[in-house]
Amino acid sequence: MRLFHVKHYDVVVIGGGHAGTEAAAASARMGAKTALVTLSQAGIGVMSCNPAIGGLGKGHLVREIDALDGVMAQAADRAGIQFRLLNRKKGPAVQGPRAQIDRKLYRQAIQAALSAQQNLDIVVGEAIDFLRINGRVAGVTLEGGAEIRCHAVVLTAGTFLNGLIHIGDSRKPGGRTGDAPSLRLAARLAELDLGRGRLKTGTPPRLNGTTIDWARVEMQPGDSDPTLFSFLSAGTLVRQVSCGITHTNPLTHEIVRNNLNKSAMYGGHIEGVGPRYCPSIEDKIVRFSEKSEHQVFLEPEGLDDTTVYPNGISTSLPAEVQIAYVRTIRGLENVGILQPGYAIEYDFFDPRGLSPAMEVRAAPGLYFAGQINGTTGYEEAAAQGLAAGLNAAAAALGKEPVHFSRTSSYIGVMLDDLTSRGVTEPYRMFTSRAEFRLSMRADNADQRLTPLGIAAGCVGERRRVAFDQKASALASAREALDSVMLTPHQIMAAGLKQSQDGVRRSAFQLLAFPDVDIAAVEAFCPAFAAFGGDIKDQTAKDALYAQYLGRQSADVAALQRDEGIRIPADIDYCAIAGLSTELRQKLSRHRPADIAKAGKIEGMTPTAVSLVLAFLRRADRRSAAK
Amino acid sequence: MVTIFAPATARGKAGIAVVRLSGPESHGAVAALCCRLPPMRQASVRRLVWQGIPIDEGIVLLFEAGHSFTGEAMAELHLHGSTAVISATLQALSLQPGLRMAEPGEFTRRALENGRLDLTQVEGLAALIDAETEAQRKQALRVLSGAVGKRANGWRAQLIRAAALLEATIDFADEDVPVDVTPEVLQIIDALLHDLRLEADGAVMAERIRDGFEVAIVGAPNAGKSTLLNALAGREAAITSAIAGTTRDVIEVRMDLAGLPVTLLDTAGLRQTQDEVESLGVLRAVARANSADLRVFLLENGVLPAGLSPCDDDIIVSGKADLPAFGQHGMAVSGLTGQGLDALTQEIGLRLEKRASGAATLTHQRHRAGAMAAVSALEAALFEIRLGSSRVELAAENLRLATRSLDALVGRVDVENLLDEIFSSFCIGK
Repeated sequence: MRLFHVKHYDVVVIGGGHAGTEAAAASARMGAKTALVTLSQAGIGVMSCNPAIGGLGKGHLVREIDALDGVMAQAADRAGIQFRLLNRKKGPAVQGPRAQIDRKLYRQAIQAALSAQQNLDIVVGEAIDFLRINGRVAGVTLEGGAEIRCHAVVLTAGTFLNGLIHIGDSRKPGGRTGDAPSLRLAARLAELDLGRGRLKTGTPPRLNGTTIDWARVEMQPGDSDPTLFSFLSAGTLVRQVSCGITHTNPLTHEIVRNNLNKSAMYGGHIEGVGPRYCPSIEDKIVRFSEKSEHQVFLEPEGLDDTTVYPNGISTSLPAEVQIAYVRTIRGLENVGILQPGYAIEYDFFDPRGLSPAMEVRAAPGLYFAGQINGTTGYEEAAAQGLAAGLNAAAAALGKEPVHFSRTSSYIGVMLDDLTSRGVTEPYRMFTSRAEFRLSMRADNADQRLTPLGIAAGCVGERRRVAFDQKASALASAREALDSVMLTPHQIMAAGLKQSQDGVRRSAFQLLAFPDVDIAAVEAFCPAFAAFGGDIKDQTAKDALYAQYLGRQSADVAALQRDEGIRIPADIDYCAIAGLSTELRQKLSRHRPADIAKAGKIEGMTPTAVSLVLAFLRRADRRSAAK
Repeated sequence: MVTIFAPATARGKAGIAVVRLSGPESHGAVAALCCRLPPMRQASVRRLVWQGIPIDEGIVLLFEAGHSFTGEAMAELHLHGSTAVISATLQALSLQPGLRMAEPGEFTRRALENGRLDLTQVEGLAALIDAETEAQRKQALRVLSGAVGKRANGWRAQLIRAAALLEATIDFADEDVPVDVTPEVLQIIDALLHDLRLEADGAVMAERIRDGFEVAIVGAPNAGKSTLLNALAGREAAITSAIAGTTRDVIEVRMDLAGLPVTLLDTAGLRQTQDEVESLGVLRAVARANSADLRVFLLENGVLPAGLSPCDDDIIVSGKADLPAFGQHGMAVSGLTGQGLDALTQEIGLRLEKRASGAATLTHQRHRAGAMAAVSALEAALFEIRLGSSRVELAAENLRLATRSLDALVGRVDVENLLDEIFSSFCIGK
């Protein structure tokens, strides 16, 4: 009796990794009845690679996820065992929070968050097929024959699609070590005929921490004043630890060089493209042969876990070569390897086949998020999961799609890069990808995104109240500073540098001067002194960049205007007279979602953009007339 | 909304040229040139003066917002059709705050945005905008192929290098990036500033305006190219003889042709040859002919020369029309008797004017404005770098502004260009 097994949900999320958990939680927060289908309950929230979250660009993404009430930031704060704010000595726009994470605590925190989430069920099973009704994806079939009907499916298959693991010249199919690959789902997806490519990524050998001579390596503690991820967190919750730093040396390099022919990557066994910013030790030694040492971070995987992750020496050499080269490194002379490093190859689908809402254009009702789109990193995966989950739920509930602009969020930058430019190597976030970087800081992620989340309906009461309080305090602090106007004479009398230009400046403008600190401004504006330290700090950061933001505002407005002019998915470019055949083909192939994306297509001329615009205008007027 | 301006008429031999402005500052900008503004929609004669120096006497026409082509406040300046006048006017406008040169098609785009145009009207204007874009593309190609092009490519590489160095210290702070990149960045910016100040001062522009258009005469050996050149130039600029292959190098003659500054190029005859010097001459002929604005193909016995094919707008004529054996097809000329020369001159002028569409002045002004903006952004970057690494993101922002200002000269610089430079220079990756 198969009918017996049919269940109904609004949204089904396949996969319990970082994309899947964030997608399921977001969908449920929106009020959509959601099921998370995973191969194993215990596998939910597993960190499969390095034991760290955040960093430059990535830390921004985590803060943005938190601003929308996602789960990653609070779980990382619960499980963080060493917090460091990267670029602490540079400007606030490019500072990124990062933490070493206890794997077990993180997994527990994510699992607790999901089980506490209303509207969300966990279903253990393997999704092997999609149900298609009237051309839409409207459910999944599980191994064993059970069916789940729904309005939208979010697929977060990670590296499981046609995954192939390499250690030296041996290889086996798999997602990550110990997990079975999803071959049947991969075959089903192949029928959709989506553009696809192959990528690779590597991991280092995992070390036994009790066999490391910690006295011989440099120790790096966390910040004494830890910067947490969540806007709602107050402090660290568990014991904090240090990481070790050691280096490779010429002997290490000689062993690697002598065994290059045994490396999967150099032996020609791997066809996928690897990331340039995460080279294997083989790559480092071949490409930068002039360097006599490379840094290795020894990162503990947990408080009661002796496993150590040596960040910087990922490899696909055979196990016996790995132990030989690792033992040449200072402090690791007697180290034991718990699990050899390996390289993994996997398929991804060209994200240019997705709408900005992460929906597969060729399969309405199906959403992709995470590594399946050619990205790398927990944070990138989680941020996409969030966006896909919000949009799948919005579609199921008949709400407007949730749009992220590249003018106001790193999530927007990533989604736009992926869906309009595609990927050639695993996509990782960098702050340099964001052209409006100065206004998109980690510390103001809530100011940028929480209102969007409140409007979409994915932000809970507790966060909304906290946000409203902070926003009104920030506004009052700014008002207090704006109301105090100072002459150059007054400023100089306080011992500050200032040219006699006769221009009066507000206390807010004064705060942007390189040699002016908060205390100096408080002397002019006692009302400002009454605000809390975090409010004063953030106001000072706003002041620092204010003049640049003014300059950028015209660019921002132009881009937002073009992003705001949506192009219907079913537009017929052949019906637009005056477009060249070449552009017609390009537009039909790329199907840009809005005018901003259309303008970015190579070879687009101002005329062609005007023609598309005019066509849209006419269509608007016609439908208005009806 | 920024106020934009651009010439609205094609460049060339014409009695009148029109410069258009659109946006909130357009009336104020005109007031700065002519003191007393005329009433709306009433053509009035005004003397245009900028910083005490008279530019021209012309007609000023104002439109209020809601009653103009774009729907915004607009102004039109009807000037005398001379390159110098247009150039001075555009420069005076570009120096005013809140004004910038319009992008191709921007007037149309604004009209569309404000609901002043329908699709049919846009289609009608499309050809016009495309012509402007095409003229600019051609101009850019010309700029990028010569000595200026080499310099612009150098700037591009330097801008990418400096930005990559700064970005590497920002995005890969916790990795093995060499600690102090400041000396190299400072050195690069200093060198760029030196070059760009020259560009902004107009020294480079003036030189290019003088260059004018290049018209290459091409054909088989002994087709009569040098004779034609001499006839057009009115003097014996090139040696002529009955021996095929007399012209080895490219001979340049500057002249005024149909009112436009033109450099005529006489090139070596196109043929396969064992002679080393002559074959170098042929290679050079092909290269120069390709980068020229227009080619005049001289047919011999109705046959095109080998090694080069004509583009759409090129002129194809039969040479040696004076010879009795000559069969007449299409346009025919004889450098010896002067037959057909007037018609050829007129044809060259027509095609150049069509091609030009005001592009030369426009492009020069655009480059100059870009160089000026880049100079101030680079100066700001220097200032921030000297304040130390705590303001490195502000230095990077200024460098980005400088690079964007130079788009038209050096091409768009993308984040991928920076990442390429970073990953090939530094061993990034924990």
